[in-house]
Amino acid sequence: MRIAEAFRVAVGALRANTLRSALTMLGVVIGVAAVVILVAIGTGAKVTVERQVQGLGSNLILVVPGQLQFGSAPSASRLRLTDVDEVGRIVGDRNRVAASVASGENVRAGTKQEYATIQGVTETTLAVFSRHLSAGSYLSRSDVDTRRRVAVLGATTAQKLFGARNPVGLQVSIAGVRFRVIGVMSVRGSALGVDQDLDVHIPITTAQRLFATERIDALAVRAPDAAAIGDLGNRIKTDLQDRYSGQEFSAVTQEQILGVLGSILGLLTLVLAAIAGISLLVGGVGVSNIMLVSVRERTREIGLRKAVGARQRDIGIQFLIEAVLLTTVGGCLGIAIGVGVSMAVDALTPLPAIVTWWSGALAFGVSVAVGIIFGVVPARRAGRLDPVVALRTE
Amino acid sequence: MTAALEAIGITRRYDQGGLTVEALRGVTLTIGSGDHAAIVGPSGSGKSTLMHILGGLDRPSSGTLRIGGRDVAALKPDELADVRNRTIGFVFQSFHLLARTTALDNVAMPLVYRGLRGAERRRRAREVLELVGLGHRTGHRPSQLSGGEQQRVAIARALVTEPAVLLADEPTGNLDSVRGGEILDLLDDLNRERGVALVIVTHDAEVAGRARRQIHVKDGLVTEAETVA
Repeated sequence: MRIAEAFRVAVGALRANTLRSALTMLGVVIGVAAVVILVAIGTGAKVTVERQVQGLGSNLILVVPGQLQFGSAPSASRLRLTDVDEVGRIVGDRNRVAASVASGENVRAGTKQEYATIQGVTETTLAVFSRHLSAGSYLSRSDVDTRRRVAVLGATTAQKLFGARNPVGLQVSIAGVRFRVIGVMSVRGSALGVDQDLDVHIPITTAQRLFATERIDALAVRAPDAAAIGDLGNRIKTDLQDRYSGQEFSAVTQEQILGVLGSILGLLTLVLAAIAGISLLVGGVGVSNIMLVSVRERTREIGLRKAVGARQRDIGIQFLIEAVLLTTVGGCLGIAIGVGVSMAVDALTPLPAIVTWWSGALAFGVSVAVGIIFGVVPARRAGRLDPVVALRTE
Repeated sequence: MTAALEAIGITRRYDQGGLTVEALRGVTLTIGSGDHAAIVGPSGSGKSTLMHILGGLDRPSSGTLRIGGRDVAALKPDELADVRNRTIGFVFQSFHLLARTTALDNVAMPLVYRGLRGAERRRRAREVLELVGLGHRTGHRPSQLSGGEQQRVAIARALVTEPAVLLADEPTGNLDSVRGGEILDLLDDLNRERGVALVIVTHDAEVAGRARRQIHVKDGLVTEAETVA
């Protein structure tokens, strides 16, 4: 029997039971759509985080105490402000080194109060992290040296405390201490629904007194070029470990962060796809079930076709095509719905969703395969029916 | 006259829960081409089993069956399917038409398994529908046709492959006597004018009386009487 004829018969059989075919298909539609959507969300998260990390610049080295590994709590920092000069000496340019100590505090302006991340930083931070100002000026060396109570606001913090007003020259109080606003930073936007402009920068020396600490949390170094970062990172690490015996330090580059984050988020995407794959599998079982019912219902038709000369293979192909048609049409609908929902999620929620061609191709391929795998058993059963018995069935 | 069907010492046993039932116990008979025979017997006599074996739907437990001179025992299932397609036309008591399919496509269906193109299949199907007097109802579905018309469609389907033998199992069993008579007339005409051998399985003596040969089946054995026309 020609495939085209088997195809025609299969379409006819599926149309004869429109509701049943649609419901059977629904299982596959949901499975495929779930694969496409979840992979799109997983990919979106991965791309966003990677873009975020790349935004730091490829020459950046972050120096933190302890070993960089997931699952371990960060150890208490023994880094001191004097280390900035030491690291600056190794790098050869103190302006390429930034230090920070952070704490969450309430910030007030008049009657308004906001919770913000207070970053005690060196005056080099703006350049090292490639940030920009939208108003006023940034912290100066003398602000840091003389422990001035001046602050540079993140865009969202400024907007929340002062609305449309220009806050430069106005007063805020941080943890009950008055600061003069000298600048506002440009918008960085949000990542995965988290606003990145909720910070306030104050001189690191001022911050250490405010938080009653001598420590600094981290050092950041902008290497002169990407080729130097590996060597530079090692030299800084070795030097710090010499000075603080018994303490581990990590010098991580953007590439390493990307590597770790990428593998975690890649794994997350795979897990999401696998979960969605289970629903696709369940859809396949539904197809198999309905095909077995269809074979039983059409026993007489099978007997008749065999009587007039259909071979086992002819009957088998007819039912196999029916199963594959169900899952293929279901797969196409699922991809369409999956792409549609992914685009809606991307547009309407903070979650980024990026539809990848491979998830659609994979889902389509799997749905065709599901049709074949789950269609084979019913098709074989149909093909092997004894025509005499089949014709006798009423 | 060359033999269309030739059965020599055929037996057919079934295993039913450890019990062996012998439906046929050594049947020898020949259906010549253009023959007109009735297989008669009470229900349970084995006449349906005999028809299934003669038509290549079932295989004998022992003995030799030749369809168109070919020994069936040597054929693989797919080859036997092909022999059925080319040599045998079946007509059933309950018509066995495909409900969702038009008369034309019902008739054309056996040609699908011969690998003919759609246009050619429909051309031939239309021809045989004309022959059975249903040229004007080709687009109707079985539910839109009377019982007599449905059986004509089934006969057309059996004829479309131009078989050597038409095997009809109680072809008038589901019809009233008038419609039944018309169907038998049609079958007689086809036998006489087109030379297709006709084997009718029936328990009705009147139906059997129209055939040239009466083959009686009783307890799995056959005896034969010839009608002198």
